[in-house]
Amino acid sequence: MIALIPLFPLLGFVINASLGRRLPKTISGGLASLAMLASFAVSLAVVWQVASRAPAQRFVEQTLYTWIASGDFVLDLTFRVDPLASVMILVITGIGSLIHIYSTAYMHEERSGEYARYFSYLNLFAAFMLVLVLGANFLVLFVGWEGVGLCSYLLIGFWFEKKSASDAGKKAFIVNRIGDYAFILGTLLVFVRFGTLDFQRIASAVAPLGPESMFGTLSVATLLLFIGATGKSAQIPLYVWLPDAMEGPTPVSALIHAATMVTAGVYMIGRNAVLFSHAPETMAVVAVIGASTALMAGTIGLVQNDIKRVLAYSTVSQLGYMFLAMGVGAFGAGIFHLYTHAFFKACLFLGSGAVIHALHGEQDIRNMGGLKAGLPITYWTFLIGSLAIAGVPGLAGFFSKDEILFETFAHGHQILWVIGILTSLLTATYMFRLVFLTFHGERRHDAPAPEDAEEEEPSRLSHQPASGASHRHDAGSHLHDAPTAMALALIVLAFGSVLAGYAGVPRALGGHNALGAWLAPSFTARSVTTLADQQVGQVGEAGGAGETGAAGLELSLMVVSSIIAIVGIGLAAFIWLKRREVADKAAAAFPGLYRLLLNKYYVDEVYDAAIVQPIRIVSQEGLWRGIDVHVIDGAVNGVATIVDGWSSLLRRLQSGSVRAYAGSLFIGVVLILGYYLWR
Amino acid sequence: MIPLGHYLIVSALLFAIGTAGVFLRRNLITILLSIEIMLNAVNLTFVAFGRSQGTVDGQIITFFVMTVAAAEAAVGLAIVIGLFRHRESLNPDAFTLLKW
Repeated sequence: MIALIPLFPLLGFVINASLGRRLPKTISGGLASLAMLASFAVSLAVVWQVASRAPAQRFVEQTLYTWIASGDFVLDLTFRVDPLASVMILVITGIGSLIHIYSTAYMHEERSGEYARYFSYLNLFAAFMLVLVLGANFLVLFVGWEGVGLCSYLLIGFWFEKKSASDAGKKAFIVNRIGDYAFILGTLLVFVRFGTLDFQRIASAVAPLGPESMFGTLSVATLLLFIGATGKSAQIPLYVWLPDAMEGPTPVSALIHAATMVTAGVYMIGRNAVLFSHAPETMAVVAVIGASTALMAGTIGLVQNDIKRVLAYSTVSQLGYMFLAMGVGAFGAGIFHLYTHAFFKACLFLGSGAVIHALHGEQDIRNMGGLKAGLPITYWTFLIGSLAIAGVPGLAGFFSKDEILFETFAHGHQILWVIGILTSLLTATYMFRLVFLTFHGERRHDAPAPEDAEEEEPSRLSHQPASGASHRHDAGSHLHDAPTAMALALIVLAFGSVLAGYAGVPRALGGHNALGAWLAPSFTARSVTTLADQQVGQVGEAGGAGETGAAGLELSLMVVSSIIAIVGIGLAAFIWLKRREVADKAAAAFPGLYRLLLNKYYVDEVYDAAIVQPIRIVSQEGLWRGIDVHVIDGAVNGVATIVDGWSSLLRRLQSGSVRAYAGSLFIGVVLILGYYLWR
Repeated sequence: MIPLGHYLIVSALLFAIGTAGVFLRRNLITILLSIEIMLNAVNLTFVAFGRSQGTVDGQIITFFVMTVAAAEAAVGLAIVIGLFRHRESLNPDAFTLLKW
């Protein structure tokens, strides 16, 4: 039954990849969406089955076959659905279905073959992503991990005729390779230490050990795994690929680079919660990296002008929050934020896609503005998404972000909490800068180059027999709001952005953190089920007791962050609605800082100078012109020269005289026989 | 009964004569004949050993050698005739074209 979940999208991939060229668009797109919906239905059924059990027994397994059997090392291809995996598969298949449906409209301008190619990649991605979260051991997870990396590469470079798109794809792939290398090393180290790759067995092997006081094997292994996570989940220092990944189609950014794939690193840490929590050094590193990534990406997001890049940095920043939560040991909070973030960030990305779609590929927010009237559905859903991510009370982002901030504070990381609050302010500000610049104010679309705009689109003019002048003046009337399929996805996601948070209303607000309790068994070892049952019960009680004491603290922290969110929105409203010149003045007042942010702290340039260029120079001058040309080619050519020299000497022996041959034969025989006779 | 050593001495003499013929004579046909002498020297050894061991193995191998020798003589003579038609000579030193 579980195997059906990734099987449906895989089937969709096979059909679209093999027959897609001949299928009409409605069928190839519909098939892909249907595969996802089927997968979603099966996921629901499986999760229902899981939920109907006692908390400690909440997992179902399916072993397809023994994948590797080599001596003592036996590895099964096993899928396992536990509470953590069930949240992930519902997010992946649910939001994935919506994004597939959205894509059927968004990509309709593509040629039929390209259209099928797009959907085959998208389905393949979903299949690998599901393998990633369903895998019961590191190697199955790694298959999915690499597979989603491949699909990410294929989809970023979907418009590969464009140099920037194919470059961005390569960048994503190569940066991820660095992380994956560390991930493999970490996996091997875990295997060497515990002799198994199965998550449950690792957890129950670690559980009896005390937290590692010295920097040892566990710390090294988890750090290596975390480096893998920084690659996949775009954290410092390997985050550089994600902003460039926006070259891909917008639904891809929503699905892969916001909702699902980039959260794989967070998921991986959650999956190995027991392992990580036994390595306090690694946890500290995770928390610090997460907080600093959140802050840094937030500051960059404040000055970017490309609507998708702002969202990309926002994603990096929110992923930083998730890692912060993981690092302070609040695994439930991290996964909770992952889950709510999937809704509102997918909503925002799809909203930006609808804007770009309406403006025929315009992505620069300086050329937008005043789209509120023309795109009401897009505007309202985008606004809800922005409110949710900003952390306005009552929406999804508020609950999850506050839980992370509260847990950070409660675990005694006050400095990280301050960074988190600061990032929260930045988040509210840059998101509403985006909203106000895109949807409010005067219309700047078509303004920069009206003549060019007309000449570029003769086909559109011919469809609409209006004169060029009226076309320009009525640019707004040409704006078409999201088509039905896109609107459907936007509205559902907007509802999700509002309601998703209510799965985890904290106790301080009278809820009982249902999601946290649901996830809890996934973060404890399950060595002996009866024992674990008691443990979970104890943890629940202890948590309840602790939280009644901390409720006051949580409430006051909540008030602080709500005020921060509203201040951020107000600040954005003041600057970008009322006094646009304030922003320019601020930029002019601190030109150095502004340029630093606009150029993303020059990280790409630093990497280029520190890593790419040295590698290039060593490869070109050292390895190519030096070792390859002189040593390797030299060895090959040298062998040839030596053979040539000797043979020009030895061929004198081939005189053509039969008698000379016979003579040498005779002498040879005599010598050999003589040797054996007289030795 | 003649002891084995006598046969071997005769055989060695025959073989030496054949070898000397191959090296010293300048006529291809004579060289072929010398080779036949060497082969028969070997045959004699085989038969002698077979006799002294009381088995027929030596005689069987001799039959094989004789068969091969007959074939070799036929092919060799054919080649010699071909060469002679080509060069009007039977001196092996006249045929040194096949070299580097």
